[in-house]
Amino acid sequence: MSIVLVGISHHQAPVELRERAALDRSRAAELAQALAGGQGEAVCLSTCNRTELYLADESGDAAEEKAEAALLALESELGPALYRLRDDEAALHLFRVAAGLDSMIPGEGEILGQVRVAHEAGATGPLLDRLFRQALQAGKKARSQTAIGESPASVSSAAAALAEQVFGDLEGRTVLVVGAGKVGEAAIRNLVSRGATIASVANRTGQRAEELTQRFGGEALSLDRVEEELARADVVLSSTSAPGWVLTREQVEQALPARKGRPLFLIDLAVPRDLDPAIHELEGCYLYDIDDLEAVVAETLVGRRREAERAETIVAEEADRFRAWQASLEVVPAITSLRARAEQIRDAELRRAKLNDAERRAAESVTAAVLNKLLHLPTIRMKQAAAAADGVIYADAVRHLFGLEDER
Amino acid sequence: MAELLFWPALFAYGEAAVAYLNDARHPEAAGRLATWGVRIGWLVQTALLAVQAARADGFPWSTWGGSLNLFVWLVVGAYLIWGCQPRYRLLGLAVLPLAVVLFILARVGGGTGVGSRSHYSNLFLVLHVGLVLAAFAGFTLAAALSALYLWQERRLKRRESSILRLRAPALSRLDEVAARTIAFALPALTLGIAVGIARLRDRGGGFDVLMAVTIVTWTVYAASLALRHLAGWRGRRAAYLILAGFVLVAVVRLALPVTHFAT
Repeated sequence: MSIVLVGISHHQAPVELRERAALDRSRAAELAQALAGGQGEAVCLSTCNRTELYLADESGDAAEEKAEAALLALESELGPALYRLRDDEAALHLFRVAAGLDSMIPGEGEILGQVRVAHEAGATGPLLDRLFRQALQAGKKARSQTAIGESPASVSSAAAALAEQVFGDLEGRTVLVVGAGKVGEAAIRNLVSRGATIASVANRTGQRAEELTQRFGGEALSLDRVEEELARADVVLSSTSAPGWVLTREQVEQALPARKGRPLFLIDLAVPRDLDPAIHELEGCYLYDIDDLEAVVAETLVGRRREAERAETIVAEEADRFRAWQASLEVVPAITSLRARAEQIRDAELRRAKLNDAERRAAESVTAAVLNKLLHLPTIRMKQAAAAADGVIYADAVRHLFGLEDER
Repeated sequence: MAELLFWPALFAYGEAAVAYLNDARHPEAAGRLATWGVRIGWLVQTALLAVQAARADGFPWSTWGGSLNLFVWLVVGAYLIWGCQPRYRLLGLAVLPLAVVLFILARVGGGTGVGSRSHYSNLFLVLHVGLVLAAFAGFTLAAALSALYLWQERRLKRRESSILRLRAPALSRLDEVAARTIAFALPALTLGIAVGIARLRDRGGGFDVLMAVTIVTWTVYAASLALRHLAGWRGRRAAYLILAGFVLVAVVRLALPVTHFAT
């Protein structure tokens, strides 16, 4: 059986092409079933960065043609962007994908879940099932043994991670949201996912503020009430489209005595900025605007790339293990035939011998032990040879020497 | 025997100090090595103190070097409570090098040998010296936490882009833990001073510089707790006050004679 991979990704295909080849879960499942046919195996992995078809078939060439035709049927202009990989290279590629090493942002977390979904929706048999399980394992290992996925990779997650640097656990910390636009939503989601509570949402129009409070909790306010909310908020997240300062240094300074020394973390995602930069000079106040957050993200990406080098080693080891397992498949039938033939001979000889029950039990035990010891070394050697690519030669030799040709 | 135990304890603390430095650059493996270095060093030093106690005639840590030896053991013991948690490992960068230096000073001062002799009763010294040293160990840990707070605060104020790559404990957590450590250490110092004053009344003796500086130290730490609760002195101000108190602890521990009632 050969493993074949045909696909497109962000390396070669622009988003205009990728979006035309994207498949949702049900379409991916349908296509996998169609490609697998009766005896083959197929998995379709489709994310915003890639659409890849993995096939396992007796004929690698035929499988490749089938996969290519399926992708071109989705979008005829994909041709120049397609890449094709076979066996070891295809396996290594999938392991790198699962570990986030082939992603735009190294180590991004979503891909592991997407590989799992593709595996579940696929038409897998023994080969692709093992390949995808091991890829998921490689992805988890790369993340747990390196820091590739630890640092935030977006402005909103960096803002939440910085809030944690001020407060530690965000559980029970309150957030005052100023401006209810789309820009701030991702940051709200990040803060809430880490345990923060949205205390209030202040916006120019009440309707949009109400929408946000329905989704994330808290109280909808008008913008002129922001100042009085400063006394109880731990985090201020601002993203309005107002042309001037929404909060000045003086306003925040007035709120400080009521805060009794509690720190205040302010996130300004607006352009033009909402929060007076002089707020950052106040004791216990930490203000980060979009540029500051982007600088933090850029720095963490450098760290991720460094960790990616360590993750590559882990992935390569997992790919080697898969290759050894796949190679051992070639000698398994010969080993099974050899053991079956030996058992057959032992059984026949024991039946011919005239033995009472006690003698028979003793003879069965002794002959089984002799057989196991005799076949142990050849079995191990054949598996080792399979891993070193000589497996087929050894398997043929065993079949010839023990007369197992008919049992193929 | 005690001499034999000094070197492995020093080696383990030294290894931990170096490993903490590496942990700051490459987390994980070095951090575990550091924690094990602290644990092993502390256990070996415990054995050293046990040998000293078994062979001494009276309280064995009443000399300058001896009390420094006990002080290092208390500081590292207090650190072990927090230092085993991965997010507080950076604290080891402040505590362990200090422990190594003080441990060497204790040896130079003759505090790691056996057979010392004390003029005071065991009970008085255990209560007075033990409580005061335990309190000073707590203040040392609080000072390390405050130093870490100021460093982390400065990084946040400077908006250092590497702040998420080299992560320190959160500001609020450092502030709370430092205050809590003082809340435990201050009653110990209060009791230690009370025992000393009781003996002073009983046996007589003059008021000396060591007593004066210790009482000023008590006042500074008591003020830090009072201001925290009454006037909201947290964060940077509290950290500076705790460090000011630690300067007095250092003066008491290193610059002044360790005994009041010299005979």
